[in-house]
Amino acid sequence: MSKFRKKKKGTPAISTASLPDIVFMLLFFFMVTTVMRETELKIKKPQLPFATEVKKLERKSLVSYIYVGKVEGQGGDKIQLNDRIADVKDVKYFIFAERETHSEDEIPLLTTSIKADIKSNVGTITDIKEELRNINALKINYSTLKGDVMKNIK
Amino acid sequence: MARRGLPEINAGSMADIAFLLLIFFLVTTTMDVDTGISRKLPEKQPEDRPDPPKLKEKNVFIVTVNRNNDILVEGETFMTIDKIREEAKKFIDNGGGIGNPMKDAQGNSLEAAECDWCEGEKNPASSDHPNKAIISLESDRGTSYGTYIAVQNELVGAYTDLRNRLSKKLYGVTYTQLLKDAKNSPSQSLKDKIKNIKTKYPQIISEAEPKK
Repeated sequence: MSKFRKKKKGTPAISTASLPDIVFMLLFFFMVTTVMRETELKIKKPQLPFATEVKKLERKSLVSYIYVGKVEGQGGDKIQLNDRIADVKDVKYFIFAERETHSEDEIPLLTTSIKADIKSNVGTITDIKEELRNINALKINYSTLKGDVMKNIK
Repeated sequence: MARRGLPEINAGSMADIAFLLLIFFLVTTTMDVDTGISRKLPEKQPEDRPDPPKLKEKNVFIVTVNRNNDILVEGETFMTIDKIREEAKKFIDNGGGIGNPMKDAQGNSLEAAECDWCEGEKNPASSDHPNKAIISLESDRGTSYGTYIAVQNELVGAYTDLRNRLSKKLYGVTYTQLLKDAKNSPSQSLKDKIKNIKTKYPQIISEAEPKK
């Protein structure tokens, strides 16, 4: 019995004090990179076509999206603008509404990205393009995935 | 007597809170980058516009995709998608005649001249000059979007290949690399190089309205 009994020396516990820091770092990374999905898809998720000559879309705030695809249990291609199924004629109002949210000098830079299903008809796309031409929204982008084009035709 | 200070707040659960948030953002995050084929639509012409200038048939390369997704080139040859790129390149790069007048780097007008950077066959029955060569893509309303994009991709690819080749010859790096460099460290000389390549192989693809 002694007051100065030797303390047993085990392996010292690893300090977890810096764990929050690490986790916070990851957290900030994901917070910054995350993009909340703005619209809920009413159509079936379009299977985008593949292409190799693709360009990245810069400045996402200048991009408005038009979805084209099928609706469960209904025939024909449907167009989705914001969060509802719409008619081709509504495309112009959609673009006008998009323009409202941007300043004057950004309007020529606005791009319309068409996210269309691989099985859609070109006719539907052309109708959209025609509407866009009518209101002078000329910059468009056919949204595609990177991949071999031969996968488009099966 | 030792003074009792405020007890320290236990920060041990900080990690848990952070983890919770982390997991939330991990789940909601979508890392997809939006990529696609960019196009500029032609402006709407007024009703009373003058008739467009007549084009020589040999300067137009017509690709037709019908409702069965068959591809017809120049109205006579059936083709599979993987052949289009070569065929389009041959057409653009033919250089069989005199092109439209161009401007040099200083903006002075140059005489209309032959295409001295083309390596094509110089077939008089094919396109005169890359700046006269027009690719017209005709489609049917019933064509599937996948095929349409595949053909578009091949046509854009033909231009990219030619631009890459020319850029490699002139500057030792590919056009794609030039674009990448210009994005990372923009400079006037890079811009001029890109512009030069672009005017030598201007991308002229017309998307005709589909037949009803």
